[in-house]
Amino acid sequence: MSTTLAANSIAEFLNETDLWFIGKLSPETALIISACIHAAILFHVFAVCPAVFIWLERKGSGRIQDRLGPTRVGGRFGWLQSLADGIKLVQKEDLCPPVADAMLFKSAPYIVCLASFAAFVVLPFSHGWVAVSADCGLFIMLAILSLEVFGIIMAGYSSGSKWSLFGGMREAAQMVSYEIPLAICSLIPVVAAGSLNLGEIGDMQGGAFWNWFIFHDPFTFVAFFVYFVVATASCKRAPFDLAEAESELVGGFHTEYSGMRWSYFFMGEYASMFAVCGVAAILFLGGWHTGLPFLDVPLAWLRAEGGVEGYLANVLGAGVFASKASFLVFVQIWVRWTLPRLRIDQVMITCLKYLVPISCFLFLGAVIWPLVFILVSNAITPGTVRTTIMEPIGARVAVGYTEKKQSSDSPSSIGPSAPAESDAWGSSGPAEKHSSTDVKGGSLTVGLSTAEVVR
Amino acid sequence: MSILFTIFALAACLGAVAVVISQSMARMAFWLVVSLGSTAGLFFLADADFVAAAQLLIYVGGTLVLLVFGVMLTASGPYLKIQTSPAETVVAGLIGLLFLFMVFATVSGVDWEGTKTKMLAENGQSTPTEKFDDQSEGDTLRPLGLALLGVRPDSPNSPGYLLPFEIASVHLLVVLIGAAYLARAKRRGDGS
Amino acid sequence: MQPDLTSYLLVGAVLFVCGVVCMATKRNGIGVLMGVELVLNGANVNFVAFSKYTALGLDGQVFSLFVIVLAAAEAAVALAIALNFYNNHLTIDVDRANKLKG
Repeated sequence: MSTTLAANSIAEFLNETDLWFIGKLSPETALIISACIHAAILFHVFAVCPAVFIWLERKGSGRIQDRLGPTRVGGRFGWLQSLADGIKLVQKEDLCPPVADAMLFKSAPYIVCLASFAAFVVLPFSHGWVAVSADCGLFIMLAILSLEVFGIIMAGYSSGSKWSLFGGMREAAQMVSYEIPLAICSLIPVVAAGSLNLGEIGDMQGGAFWNWFIFHDPFTFVAFFVYFVVATASCKRAPFDLAEAESELVGGFHTEYSGMRWSYFFMGEYASMFAVCGVAAILFLGGWHTGLPFLDVPLAWLRAEGGVEGYLANVLGAGVFASKASFLVFVQIWVRWTLPRLRIDQVMITCLKYLVPISCFLFLGAVIWPLVFILVSNAITPGTVRTTIMEPIGARVAVGYTEKKQSSDSPSSIGPSAPAESDAWGSSGPAEKHSSTDVKGGSLTVGLSTAEVVR
Repeated sequence: MSILFTIFALAACLGAVAVVISQSMARMAFWLVVSLGSTAGLFFLADADFVAAAQLLIYVGGTLVLLVFGVMLTASGPYLKIQTSPAETVVAGLIGLLFLFMVFATVSGVDWEGTKTKMLAENGQSTPTEKFDDQSEGDTLRPLGLALLGVRPDSPNSPGYLLPFEIASVHLLVVLIGAAYLARAKRRGDGS
Repeated sequence: MQPDLTSYLLVGAVLFVCGVVCMATKRNGIGVLMGVELVLNGANVNFVAFSKYTALGLDGQVFSLFVIVLAAAEAAVALAIALNFYNNHLTIDVDRANKLKG
């Protein structure tokens, strides 16, 4: 595969080893084995996320409604409740209504599950901990998350029930319109970062919490809240859960489903909640950086060093990232049990009349901001130091491109067993990334001249 | 690589065939998703990751949802089926097979390597042009973006695509207005 | 065997032919639309394949991007027309669209 795969590091390791029972592994076999290992790890993340969040949802809703929530299963806090639910759901009968289109009805839950699982492929958990480090990772992420709609519409349409059909139609209308502000809002920090690679965006925000993109300028600050609202709607969570409004549509698109197929929808829903919240954490909240300068600087140094300490630093980073994303998921749960549900026309009006114009305005503002910032700061104090983050986006894009061009003179390493590719990740750490543009004055001027051509 | 290619290619082709064969509109939409999604997989394999993601986002996430929406809105029964007569199907299938055979024969008859070297020789370049994907294959994002803004670092002679890009954006605006106008709800007694 | 240009072109050809047959045989307006999408996709596969394997370079990918965007626009307009047609005729059987008046 073309883009940098995390599996390459394991593949490299397997390449070296001489297994006594099959002899030396071919590079392709090594890649396939390591890809399978990665897929298994990711799949477990995907499977554990819903279990934890469903427990959290039950517990949270219980507390908000002045109840206790699950208490019995698995000790004091009922933390095995999701597992027990899962076992119960597996045992249930897998019903398919006679009027349903059986093939579509049965395959729809898999589409939903597949879409939200595939989103985890490009989601980085820590520095370099990503299955596929694609250069347009965010774009791929948005694209994959938009596939989930199709499964839900299919489920609604093929159930052969009025409730499901209405749920499916609502979902289609809602998702198609909410995708627009979602994409625009996630582009706002991209404008500030100058990259679509989620890993790079996360690395840029190291150092301290004022480097997080949410505090980058006023537009990104507002954009975070708009993004969060839109993300809540695009996971069809309350108060936007019109597709499954229990009081009007029985269960919406999943009225006719039972047993495991029903639970696939919920696995998909909770997993995609984690995915959009993870994207929010990376884009706005500094990803795997703690935000505390006295912690972040040594951690970044450890990561650059590599070895066991770097690995442990990455584990810590993954923990920080997961807790940030889980907090956002918790806020979604909190909102769900606090706010009443909107009507469908109110949902559409919220999107088309308010969120789309707001996000367009924020996008424009975020594009103009660096120019205004530089002009104003130069007017007040001439000769202010320009950091990388203040550069106009065109300059940074061009610098990145010319740097890539220059580094491509080294022997190219494409293919499954490329040894240099996993190292490319390590060397593009935050420290070197920021300093490289300052040190390489020559490449910067090249980049600036290209940027002027762009303008 | 070749295994993945085979899987995606088979899924794309079989999905396309199933679109033609199936009679129910919803199933056609489903098979179209399978076909277009695996085509996106083929694009990933061909180092065109931005195009692949655009295909997923625009086709599968946008256009097909729109199509299914249309199927739902225009369905008169629970599962819309408009049968074609068997004779038509047979004739169309035969013509399609003939056409497929013709295209296959043409494609496999051309010596692509020879054409490539010939083209390069005619253009006065002894070596192939510097490709956009020297080290970072699949990293097409920056070159694509620069090309759409009219800058071509990879091939300086090319003029870039700024004008087509602007035309496409105006075209999209026109389409937006036109589609909204065409599909607007007509009120009775409005005169029209 | 690594996939080469010919195998990509063959996939493109299959998609194209399926699209043409779909356009020719389906009597449902939206089915015809799906055929158009398949045809455009077959062309896209060819563009991307040529961009990878020949001296065409990046131009093929830019072209396929334009194709995708224009296909989306085309689908939106065609769907609006289909809905309008359904409002007037209560069916989207394209064979019934034989009167050139509203």
